[in-house]
Parts: sequence; structure tokens; C-alpha cells
Amino acid sequence: MTENIQLNSEGKLKHFLSIEGLNKTLLTEVLDIAESFIGMNDQQIKKVPLLRGKTIVNLFFENSTRTRTTFELAAKRLSADVLSMSIATSSTSKGESLLDTIRNLEAMFVDMFVVRHAISGAAHFIAQHTAPHISVINAGDGQHAHPTQAMLDMFTIRQVKQDFSNLRVAIIGDILHSRVARSQIQALNILGAAEVRVIAPKTLLPSHVESLGVNVSHDLTSGLKDIDVIIMLRLQKERMTSALLPSESEYFKCFGLTEAKLKIAKPDAIVMHPGPINRGVEIDSKVADGPQSVILKQVSNGIAIRMAIMAMAMQKQGAAG
Amino acid sequence: MLDINDLLNKLEAELKRVIVERGLVDPLMIGIRTGGVWVAEQLHQRLGIREDLALLDISFYRDDFSQIGVNPNVKPSQLPQDIKGRDIILIDDVFYTGRTIRAALNEIFDYGRPNQVVLAVLIERDGKQIPLCPDCVGTSIKLNAGQRIKLTGPSPLSIHLQTLDAVA
Repeated sequence: MTENIQLNSEGKLKHFLSIEGLNKTLLTEVLDIAESFIGMNDQQIKKVPLLRGKTIVNLFFENSTRTRTTFELAAKRLSADVLSMSIATSSTSKGESLLDTIRNLEAMFVDMFVVRHAISGAAHFIAQHTAPHISVINAGDGQHAHPTQAMLDMFTIRQVKQDFSNLRVAIIGDILHSRVARSQIQALNILGAAEVRVIAPKTLLPSHVESLGVNVSHDLTSGLKDIDVIIMLRLQKERMTSALLPSESEYFKCFGLTEAKLKIAKPDAIVMHPGPINRGVEIDSKVADGPQSVILKQVSNGIAIRMAIMAMAMQKQGAAG
Repeated sequence: MLDINDLLNKLEAELKRVIVERGLVDPLMIGIRTGGVWVAEQLHQRLGIREDLALLDISFYRDDFSQIGVNPNVKPSQLPQDIKGRDIILIDDVFYTGRTIRAALNEIFDYGRPNQVVLAVLIERDGKQIPLCPDCVGTSIKLNAGQRIKLTGPSPLSIHLQTLDAVA
């Protein structure tokens, strides 16, 4: 997969498909621009005219609440016209029918596709085949990547911890099925986190996980030592095709984050979760709603980060038209 | 020659006159990033404005987004949440095409409907492209082709008249 499809000839963002292939400067630029969009919440009219007259289509082939609504709000706050389509697909509909959908929407003069799809590489495929003036943002593809989620997580971390260079970050749970974890690991390594540690049972880790640039632990108690940032992942039961776990209660006992386990991490550690959370499965309610949780802050930040990415991907597009 | 202190003195006197003339009450001063903020800091002090100086970054309101994209150095604007009914003094360093002021006014109005806005600039130069003009100026000048004004600051604040190499 060639990653430079994400950048135009001047090295500027054109599509946002994965964290892989982007450098620290560009990721930092995304975070900086998002910072200024946060300031917009003080405005009575929470809208800027940047994407006035542009049409953005949210193309969701897979269910989503947070991601779709924050993308929609972000587009509206940039003054774009947004169309949100939820397209239920059977596992058999691939390639050709996807392209047909794209061609039809292109004929309606759209400027950007925000794509979520159950198949890894779907957004990349659309970016390769769509009209040259159209930008594509990946809102989650299979088990591959969820780069805007990773960026809003990086933004939230930076908001609280300021700098990445001294941070030890633990990502806990179902790494195997998590596109979020893959994008987070890449982003944390590019931004220079001191350590990325994954903590999970062997059955929920991809093979050769170390090659992603992480340390591995199979024990939550010892694994949480010295950790500044705890990222809990949802147990993705819907993607599990075989029995990877004895039971949910067993999982919670070993890998669920409770107040007692949280105490092992640094006292000022923050707790994150990309949502939706399974209370009592991967995280105790007291922790999810507790003072160290920044889970709802992540949701708020999702709007600003998506605004930044959409604005950056759309820049210079209008030059031709 | 352009002397920064002369210009600031003149602009201060002009503003004092206009504040009385237009009947500005407890005005809010807003500086446009970056040069406008530097000028505004000086005037804010000289005029003894009560409220903290507000800062405006017009990057998200520019009309040339499709040509130049998002300014990666954009900083958050810092304006009071409610400016409805306020009297505003808007400060910029150089008034040239007028497009910056159009963007600034659009952004200000997204924070609320002010009672009135007075525009004060250190230097008004020729080259206006839209029907706006400042209420108070330090000076008005006409530049030769290839000349431009550059402010450096914030301290010391100084003005430079630069001549770009003529295009062959």
C-alpha cells in the first residue's frame, strides 16, 4: 500500500487514510489547528466559513454513533453541506457496487467522502478510484485504521499532559480487533512517546505485535506500573469468530480496570476509552465516571480534530473551481 | 520616514477624538493577530482601557482559503463570550486591501452583535479592494510598486519599508 496517496504534490494533506506515512510535523499541525477550533466554542455562532459551498458525504457502511455525529457536526461547523448515509451492506457486496455508489455520488458534485467500512482498505480504495478533486477521510476501515480517533486521543493526551516525550502509555484489551489501537500506536510512536505498552491476553493480540513498536504485557497489575496514560479498548465481540475468552466476567477479573488497579498507575494517570464502553466488562463504572477519566473530553475533542483534518484536506481544492 | 512613536501618538490622539465623537462607552479593544495585537497593546495602555485586550485570529475567516489553505500557525481567538451591545475598537497594523477587516468583522459578529465598531490602523496604504475604510489612522501613505511595510515586534515595535526586487 503506497501511503503518499494521502499527500498532494506539495506534501500537504489530501486524503486522511491512516497515520502511517504521515510525519510528526503534519500530525502536530493537525493538533495545533484543532486547538484553535476548540476556541470556537466561545462563539455565539459556532460556525466558521472555511468550507462554505462544499459538499461532504458521510458514507457509513458500518454502524457508528459518536464518529458519524461528530463528523457531521464538524462539517457543519465548517459551513459545509453534509449528507450522512448509512448503508447496510452484506459481506458479499464489495468492489464493483462500492464503486458504483461512489460514481453516483460524484455525479452529485460532492467534494469529500468520509468513509467507514467493515473491510480494511476500503477508504484507500475509494481514494484511489474517486475523481481527483475529491478528498477521502477514513472514519474506520475493518481492523486496519481509525486515524481521526487516534488524533483526537493524541489531542486529549496533549491537552492534559502537554508533551509526549516523557509519557508511558498503556493500551489495554482487545488489540487484535482494534483499528483504533493500530492508529494510536503509530501516532504515539511518531509523536515520540517514551513507551507504548500493550496489555492483553495472548488471544487478543495480533501475531508479531512487537513489530508495531510496543512493549507487551499479559498482566494488568504489573503492566500498569509507571503508566501516565491508560487507554482501555472495547471487547469487540461482534468481530470475534472463535472462542478467544473464557467469559466476560473472567475477562473483567483479569483485564478490567477497577479503582484498585488504577492505583498501580501513576497518581496523575488519565483514563481513556474510544467508546462505546462496556461497563463491567473492560472498565468499572466507578473508573469510567471517576475523576481520572477523560472519556467525555475525548468526545468533545473529536469535533475540533475532525474540523482540522477536513479543513486541511480540503485546502487548495477550490483553486481549480 | 515612518517613526513608530509619531504614528502611535497620532493614532492615540485620533482615537481619543473619535471615542468622544462617537460616544464610545467602556470600549472593548480587539487586536488582529499578529501586528495588530502589537499596536493594540500600546494603545490599550495609552488609553487606559479597563478590560483586557481581546485577540482576534482571522485565519478561519479569510477569503483565500481555497488558494492558500489553513494557516498552520493559527492561534485561538480570545474574545469575551458575549459582545452583544458592546462598543468595540478594532486595531490592525496596516490597512491595505481591506480583506482582513472584512474577515475580522465577520468573525466578531459571530461572537455577538456589537453596538458599534471603530477601526483604527497604524498605517493606511493604497491598494484598497473593497469598500471599507479606517476611522482612525496613524498615517496614510502611497507606496511604489514592489514596496511594502513590515512591522516587527512586540518590543521594540518598529516599522520597516521594504523594497522587493522588481520582477523582470
